[in-house]
Amino acid sequence: MATVEACAIDVVYEGVDRPVRALEACSLTVADGEPVAIIGPSGCGKSTLLLAMAGLVSPTGGEALIAGEAVRGPRLRTALILQDFGLLPWKTVFHNAALGLEVRGVSLPQRTERVEAALARVGLADFRDAYPGELSGGMRQRLALARALALDADLLLMDEPLSALDALTREDLQGLLLDIWRQRQHTAVLVTHSIEEAVYLGRRVVVLSPRPGRVAAIVDNPGMGAEGYRSTSAFYERCNELRGLLAAEGAFDQDPHVGGEGS
Amino acid sequence: MRRLLGYVGAVLALLAGWWLLSVAVGSPALPGPAPAISDFVRLWWSDLFPQLLHSAWRVVASMTMGALLGAPIGLLIGRSPRLDSVAAPMVFLTYPIPKIVFLPVLLVLLGIGNAPKIALITLIVFFQILVTARDAARGIPAASLLSVRSLGATRTQVFRHVVFPAALPDIFTALRISTGTAIAVLFFSESVAGTSGLGYYILDAWGRIAYSQMFAGIIAMALLGVVLYEILEMAEARVCRWTRVGR
Ligand SMILES: Nc1ncnc2c1ncn2[C@@H]1O[C@H](COP(=O)(O)OP(=O)(O)O)[C@@H](O)[C@H]1O
Ligand SMILES: [Mg+2]
Repeated sequence: MATVEACAIDVVYEGVDRPVRALEACSLTVADGEPVAIIGPSGCGKSTLLLAMAGLVSPTGGEALIAGEAVRGPRLRTALILQDFGLLPWKTVFHNAALGLEVRGVSLPQRTERVEAALARVGLADFRDAYPGELSGGMRQRLALARALALDADLLLMDEPLSALDALTREDLQGLLLDIWRQRQHTAVLVTHSIEEAVYLGRRVVVLSPRPGRVAAIVDNPGMGAEGYRSTSAFYERCNELRGLLAAEGAFDQDPHVGGEGS
Repeated sequence: MRRLLGYVGAVLALLAGWWLLSVAVGSPALPGPAPAISDFVRLWWSDLFPQLLHSAWRVVASMTMGALLGAPIGLLIGRSPRLDSVAAPMVFLTYPIPKIVFLPVLLVLLGIGNAPKIALITLIVFFQILVTARDAARGIPAASLLSVRSLGATRTQVFRHVVFPAALPDIFTALRISTGTAIAVLFFSESVAGTSGLGYYILDAWGRIAYSQMFAGIIAMALLGVVLYEILEMAEARVCRWTRVGR
């Protein structure tokens, strides 16, 4: 049971010369097993919200609850996937995928078994001894995903995980993310700046306001996960609805990239 | 293999330059390569090799100690703003002082044996590695740290999995560069005090006006430097394999 509750979270960063209010009274509930996408103007606090859920940023006000417990630090079954994948260049594919288990003191035989299964699941079984520097962008992203799978995470927090990829690879990986979610039914929070990606991967899409970030709107997206959803008219309607909401938040005035598929 | 060919080419070019220079200068103080090499071969087992062992021991011991002390302290300082605010001013005040000026003090305190030489080179290498390790630790990308911390890593685990390996290539580079300084200081300290080591041998040959022997000693010293440099290069290629892939 990995429900996620953000209860009126405030985050104020110290900043260089003046404090930066990144989040203000930001509240959001994600049900167990629900995939939610978060979208908003750049700099509105999306990453901050995710890091607060991951236990890496302490809110100055309010709190984050996961499975009913206040987040005080990194949680065992939460996996965080960052935009630049968070891979360590000095570790091989196998050791990168095994890092979470190693840090948690899982025994080597068990580690090997779980990592090999995870690598096979994302199609990297043949690359276990390669270094990240030898992999393409898409393969690196698969590796970051394998690390989360090896942890048997019940909550996947993803911060613009696909934004560095080319359009084809990105669509391929969106498909993989969806497959894996359909199979495992984990709770997922995906931060993205792509409207199409949000509608493809979020059962609900949360729109944040410009800084300080609050929840400006939530769009229900019940068709998400259906076969061939991307080419239905419902998909386009959702995208247009979101585009309108984002325009109302001034997303397009500040950042010409928001809403585009390629960045 | 290509490396070896490169070395052969460089040696041949150096020998040719040396020979031309010796002909041009025409002084007994600058013999050509032929007498020097013949003395080098003749004296290798009897004189040069034992002296080289003395020198090698001093420089290896002090570089090892300098690295083993400098790297962890530098990494700690680099990752801890509080430590850094105390240590950095101290380091930057003392770093530019040429440590070699402390040789007389060390000679008085530690005698004329191995100790003052090792202490001096250790001190120099220590500072070079410390400064490099500190800078490397400060430059580690936030995402690498965040992703490992998000897995629940303790401070020690973050050091082991991220900070140390991230800084390792820079530390190796600094070590390789410091071989030059280390050998220069070794020569100086051996020629000033004591009766062993290649520095002593070279100066002793000079005093005996045995110029070709002096150059045999110089060749041995160069050999020591090349071997050290190559060992470090090989160790780096093994330990930092990821830096040679892709990119
Ligand atoms: N560690 C930090 N220190 C100071 N300011 C920060 C820090 N991290 C983020 N910010 C600021 O907080 C705001 C929100 O940042 P972020 O959560 O990264 O936004 P987003 O992911 O939506 O682009 C931005 O204005 C950013 O500059
Ligand atoms: Mg962000």
